[in-house]
Amino acid sequence: MALPEIKQTATEARLAALELPTAGCTKPAREAAVARVREMGLPDRRDEYWKYTRPDTLVQADAPKAALFDNDEPLMFDQIDRLKIVFVDGIFDADASDDLSLEGVQIERLEDICCTDIHWAKDLYGVLETRGHNPVPRPLAALNTAFAADGVAIHVTGKPSKPISLIYVHKDEASDAFLHHIVRVESGAEATILENGPAAARFNKCMEIDIADGGILHHVRSQGRDHERRAVTHMFTRLGEESVYKSFTLTVNGVLTRNEQVIEILGDDAVAHVAGACVGDGDFHHDDTVFITHDAVNCESRQVFKKVLRNGATGVFQGKILVKAGAQKTDGYQISQSLLLDDDSQFLAKPELEIYADDVACSHGSTSGAIDETALFYLRSRGLPVADATDLLTLAFLAEAVEEIEDEDLAADIVNRLESWLSRRR
Amino acid sequence: MLEIKNLHVKLEEEEKQILKGVDLKVDSGKVHAIMGPNGSGKSTLSYVLSGRDGYEVTEGAASLDGEDLLELEPEERAAAGLFLAFQYPVEIPGVGNMTFLRTAVNAQRKARGEEELSAADFLKIVRERAKSLKINADMLKRPVNVGFSGGEKKRNEILQMAMLEPKMCILDETDSGLDVDAMKLVAEGVNALRDEGRGFLVITHYQRLLDHIKPDVVHIMADGRIVKTGGPELALEVENNGYADILAEVQ
Repeated sequence: MALPEIKQTATEARLAALELPTAGCTKPAREAAVARVREMGLPDRRDEYWKYTRPDTLVQADAPKAALFDNDEPLMFDQIDRLKIVFVDGIFDADASDDLSLEGVQIERLEDICCTDIHWAKDLYGVLETRGHNPVPRPLAALNTAFAADGVAIHVTGKPSKPISLIYVHKDEASDAFLHHIVRVESGAEATILENGPAAARFNKCMEIDIADGGILHHVRSQGRDHERRAVTHMFTRLGEESVYKSFTLTVNGVLTRNEQVIEILGDDAVAHVAGACVGDGDFHHDDTVFITHDAVNCESRQVFKKVLRNGATGVFQGKILVKAGAQKTDGYQISQSLLLDDDSQFLAKPELEIYADDVACSHGSTSGAIDETALFYLRSRGLPVADATDLLTLAFLAEAVEEIEDEDLAADIVNRLESWLSRRR
Repeated sequence: MLEIKNLHVKLEEEEKQILKGVDLKVDSGKVHAIMGPNGSGKSTLSYVLSGRDGYEVTEGAASLDGEDLLELEPEERAAAGLFLAFQYPVEIPGVGNMTFLRTAVNAQRKARGEEELSAADFLKIVRERAKSLKINADMLKRPVNVGFSGGEKKRNEILQMAMLEPKMCILDETDSGLDVDAMKLVAEGVNALRDEGRGFLVITHYQRLLDHIKPDVVHIMADGRIVKTGGPELALEVENNGYADILAEVQ
């Protein structure tokens, strides 16, 4: 079906402003991705899937400028021993990065992958993204596959001794960055990937993750709190038998963030958890969109999202669990909650279940509420000033999402960060 | 010393007068009990003194050691030395009991210009005081009051009191929902805190709590006023004859 003219015009305008990277082995995938973008058209506000989040500034040819954030806070994950891979406005910075060699994992820059026919990256780059246009197209991810200027291929073959830390530095007020990472976790291998930083004025990130039978991947991300940055991210994950994927995202401010997680559970007895904590204070819009497909027996999925909103912030959650016929013994759980600290903020939630198997346990819930006045009085009657009491209750509200992080040091780092942000906000 | 003069209080949202001129003085080192039938205004008195929203003082005054309580925020009243043991202690999911206790202790110390307790010092004190109230390590770790039994919640209130060392303690129906053993344990906790420098206002329906916490003075409250004041024998009179006789007598 032909695209509406207005969508076609917007899509062509965007494509005209971009140049295909010359990278060799991903060239066919990139060309195919351009064709997908043309076929789907870039999103506009008439798309149901973008009902709660306006995609205009993510689609327009020129990235809106984002002032650099004057930040004297300690660096995220600074106390964690990790392998650092730094990107400045979406371009790999070799000087700032560590040596990429680490036992149990091979890390290569996408453009360094030689054009042999047998490299595993060729079977993954753009592949999960292509599978992920379901139940709706995700054209900004296809745009990323086509035009990503940089990124890494992470091949986990053992159990690396420390997390692989992707650090996104924002230095240019007008940067428009595309990063595309691919991750393959082999059978029985286990790794942790960290991501942090504002990345760019406008950031489009795509990560494709393939976890083989028995593989385990932990993902912890903190999106920088630069007020004017924009980000659209896609994570496409495919899980094999008895594999585990656990992802947590902390988002604080940023004028616009859309995070999509598309997870396909294809092997029996696999586990997928996605969680998010978000603090929005001011003109800020944060959207978590999750789609989990159960296509195997006896698998578990969890979605836990908590948002604290005030001063006109908007939080969005669109979460769906699809249980295919035959995916018996599925255990699916989904909760999205917001704490609205004033009347100017809003939370928009669309929880969905679609189930075709008859022996499953799936639940979803969504709530919005204010600070519990009784609890607030209780804390104040014990001597806590009202601001401290509010912060304590706010942290407690977010705790359920932060507890999804298995590693205690990483969880403590996130909690410390939240505490510091909450107290600075006053 | 807690001093309440001619206190009149109505609900903020509606024209309903609840306290109609309460006069009361509780000296340091003394235990006063307030008894009275349902709806007489006992709990309202405790909430108004501790600064809960929803009430409007239309007349009268309340002070602690000369400081006007009604002008202070709830946290300032706490720092000034007032403590309310809640009838229904609040559950706070996600906040560890120990974190809560330490934050509260240090917030009050800070408000009074004192140095905060170190983690080690705090831990030592809290363990010792928790032990005498039979509060185990697990209860200290769990979120505040979440999943606690009725007795555990009340013991936790007394632990907070023991840690915060207030000058004036108000116990709002601390005996409600407790079995005899739990009541004894709570009473022992309270008695251990009886001290020359500390006053108590014990609100209760029943005399039996006062078998364990011996009051110096007993007040009977009815329809928003204190209608009779006497010694411990007054509580026994209520236990034997109910409130009806006393109320008839004062009318």
